Order: sequence, then C-alpha cells, then structure tokens
Amino acid sequence: MGNERPSAVKIRLHGVQKYFAVRGRRVDALAAIECEIRAGEFFCIVGPSGCGKTTLLRILAGLETRSAGRIEIVRDIARDAKAAPARGGVAPPPLNSMIFQETSIFPWMNVRDNVAFGLKARGFSKKERYGIVDPFIRSVGLSGFDDALPHQLSGGMKQRVSIARAFANDPEVMLMDEPFAALDEQTKILLQAELLRIWEESRKTVLYVTHSIDEAIVLADRIMVMTARPGRIKDIIDVAAVFGRPRKVETVKSSKEYGELFGRVWGQLRDEVNEARRQQEGEAK
Amino acid sequence: MNPGDRVPAYSESEAEGLDRPRWYRSRGFERALSVFSPIFLLGLWEVSALVGFADTRFFPAPHSIFETLLKMFRPTEEFPNGEFLRHFGDSIGRIAIGFVLGAVPGIAIGLAMGLIGWVRAIIQPLVDGTYPIPKIAILPLFIMLLGIGEASKYAIIAVAVIYQVLIATVAGVRNIDKIHLDVGRNYRAGRTMMFLDIALPGALPVILTGLKLGMGVALLVIVSAEFVGANSGIGYLIWTSWQVFQIEKMYVGLLMSAVLGFGSAIILNHLERWLIPWKPR
Repeated sequence: MGNERPSAVKIRLHGVQKYFAVRGRRVDALAAIECEIRAGEFFCIVGPSGCGKTTLLRILAGLETRSAGRIEIVRDIARDAKAAPARGGVAPPPLNSMIFQETSIFPWMNVRDNVAFGLKARGFSKKERYGIVDPFIRSVGLSGFDDALPHQLSGGMKQRVSIARAFANDPEVMLMDEPFAALDEQTKILLQAELLRIWEESRKTVLYVTHSIDEAIVLADRIMVMTARPGRIKDIIDVAAVFGRPRKVETVKSSKEYGELFGRVWGQLRDEVNEARRQQEGEAK
Repeated sequence: MNPGDRVPAYSESEAEGLDRPRWYRSRGFERALSVFSPIFLLGLWEVSALVGFADTRFFPAPHSIFETLLKMFRPTEEFPNGEFLRHFGDSIGRIAIGFVLGAVPGIAIGLAMGLIGWVRAIIQPLVDGTYPIPKIAILPLFIMLLGIGEASKYAIIAVAVIYQVLIATVAGVRNIDKIHLDVGRNYRAGRTMMFLDIALPGALPVILTGLKLGMGVALLVIVSAEFVGANSGIGYLIWTSWQVFQIEKMYVGLLMSAVLGFGSAIILNHLERWLIPWKPR
C-alpha cells in the first residue's frame, strides 16, 4: 500500500436502509445510504444522536438486519490464500470485528482470554491463540497484565483490551462504536494516539462512529456527516487532504487547520443537531 | 521529643462528628455484643430451668441437652458410630446427593431456556404450572415410585432444588449485559462458546443466589421428609424423640439442623468467592 492514497474500494453500501414499525406507522431510521469506503481508509461517521449512525455500524457488524439495500465487503483473497496453509483447519479471518464500548470485555476472563476470544471462536488451539495474542497485548501496553481480571483494570486499560481483541482477530474491516466515549479527556487523548499508532502498523479499513467532531478530525481520513433521523449523508469531508499520515494527535489539535475543519464540520452538523433535538422534544410530548 | 508533635490537628471523634467514647464505636465492642447475646440467653435459660421458672418438660436445661448430645456420640449396638453421627451423616448425605442431582440439570436446562427461545417456550409453562405445588406434597408419590429408601429422599430434594436453580439461571442469563451477547455474535462464537464462555459465567452470580435459595428449601424438605418417610436422619430423630418424649434428643436434632444450615451457608459463600472472583464485594 505504501504512502500513496489507497484507492481500491473495501466497503460498498448500496441504498442501505433501516425502518421499523411503531404503532402501525413506518419510522425511518436510516434513509438509503450510498457510500464507498476505500481499502485502508480511516472513515469516521458523525451525526446527531439518534441519527442511525450506530444502527448503520451494527448492520455492518451483523448485529441488526437491514430493511433494504446491499452491503459489500471486499475480501482480500490474496492475503487469505497466503495465510491459509499456515492456518490449518481454522476459520479464515472474519469480515469484520467490532470494538464496543467500555463494558464490552468479559469480566470473568483475564486479559489474555479476552483478547483471544475471537481466535478461540475461529478454532485456534489454546497454545496457538496465546502465541498470536501476546504481541497484541504488548502492543497496547498491557504486558504483565495478561492474567489480570477486568475489575482490576482502569477504564482506559479495559478499552486497550477491547482494541487488542479486535486487532488480534485480523478482520477485513474494523468497526468501532464510540470506543472512547466513556473515558475522561486525558485518557481519551492517550488512547487516540495509541489507536493511531497500532492502526498505522496494519492500515486496516476502519469505520468509526463518534459524536465527537474533535475525535473525528484527529483520527479520520474522511468524515461523513449524517443528518438527523432518518439518517442521510449530508457531507463527506476530506481530512486526509489536510493532515497526512502518520499523524500526531497534538500536532493536529494545535494546528490552524484543525480550527477551520472543526468549523466546517460543525457548520454542517449544527442544523442537524437542532433538528434532532426538535424531534426528541416532539416525541416527549 | 517534643510532645506537641504528637497532638493531632483534630481528634477522630470530631472528624466523624461523634462525641461518644471510643470503645462504644469500635468494631470489637459490637463483635463482643454479638458473642455475648446468645450466651446471655443460654445462661438465662439454664437459670430459669434450675430454679423451676421454666417447665423442664418442654425446656430442659441446656446442660442436660449437652449431656444428651455427648451421650449420643457413644457407639452403641444399634449405632456403631454413635447416634449423633448416624442421623447427622445420613441427612448430610441425602442433601449433598439430592442437591447435586437438582442443581446440575437446573443449571443446564436454565441456560438452554435463557439462550434459546423455543426451549423456553416449551418449558416455561411447565415450570410456572408446577412451581406453586409445595415440594413436600409430592413425597407420597416419590415413595410409591421409588420406595421408602434413599432414592425417594434424593428425588424430593432434587425436585426442590431444581426449581430454585433453574429459575435463577434463566433470570441470570436474561440479565446478562446485552453487549456481551453482541460480542459473542460479532466474534462468531459457536453455540458451545455462547453457553460456556458467556451465558454460564455471566449468569453465575444469579445462579449462586439460586443455589443458596435451593439449599434453604432442601433443608426444609429433608427434615419434613424424614419426619414421615425415613429410619434415620435429623427429621427422624426429632420426630421419634417427641413421640417417646425424649425432649433432650429433640433439641439435639434442632441443634443439628441449625449447624447444617449454618455450615451449608458458609460452604456456599466460599464457593461463591472462588467461582466469581470478579464480583464486587
């Protein structure tokens, strides 16, 4: 892939829709989403709360069904074929792995077993998966905590476990659902930097949902701004044209362009946030 | 040394907003109260029996109950290990075996009901419909089916335990954080992993509560079952003692059941601490 902009398409969304019935009336959560995400791209979705951005992610993760439309995730067949003989009878890498919120790691498993969960599901033996998992645990800075249980870890450390769990599973695309939303500001900045560093090593395609404009600018190659419900694409803002890779969180945040980008995204988002609030107030009555 | 250095800026009682003397607030004092209250009551009982204030036909003096207790440890022709151990041991054996026979299928069926909709649809009405029957009411049926021997005791305890454990397990699985089930699905966990790596440990705290409730019911049921359908055990001892008016022995039986209840609670609490190290305490 090198340093040039990746161009092959990794995820195609063709008119992906979600609606459900409330008291006999059809409520649209997601209007037809039409979008292409490139291989190796860090793609952020921001939108007002209730706009369906998490729904879109959960549809991609196979945790919710779509009402209409088509999703294509391109499998890297060359990579698969190369790894297949070494893999033996084990299932191939999954199309996607999700990084959930803070509470998603299993409190009854130690760090090692939490990180190895996806590998166990794919059929790796205990010895194999512990071997695979070890560098990922070290990479997120948790070496020495292999046998610790989650209640002994801080919120930031739990999220590191969650990140390692997804990366160790080696998926085609990574889905991230506001993974740092519950963390304090300083921990969040640290983890954003770590996520960028780990991501640089693999350059996996990432779909990242957040409500934080700041986070989107720091992380994304492109930011998709969604409208209030039913969620539509309002704008796609190219961050990669302004900030290259590899990227440093503090460099981005202290630059002049950061403020301009923030203004641009907020300018698109403001009306939608107001609209979403009006919808919520309407429902409350 | 300057004595002024040792004076704290404020006294501890001020800090806690209490001006009572220190000994009154200390944990040791409260613990001492807890130890002395039963001893005091026992002493009161002993004295009232001795001075004739209490009717010793119904409330024999504690020391005579204790003498009976010691006598019951002596081996006799009928009880080579002593009468006490025979009855106590038989009841413990019945509870242990019956408890396991009820708890294991209770957990297994409960997990299946919690995770799989159609299993729940089939079994839930059966549970709801039969749960209100007092478990001891089916003892005659079990005696008819399995005879007066041990099998009917195991069965009645297993039935009493299975309801508590099954209902708790279903509730435990239903209350698992949804995000953990999402992780299982997103990471393609198969059915075995969903059961053993997510549902079982996730429901374990509630299952333990079910086991504790089940143990309580098991104690109740075994004593009543032994009243009428056994030739040994705590219930048998209590029942026959009152029939032949050996009230001291009856009290020994009551003591046994208290020890059994207390001991099983301690064991289950240790089991909980060992099985659920992540549970906040």
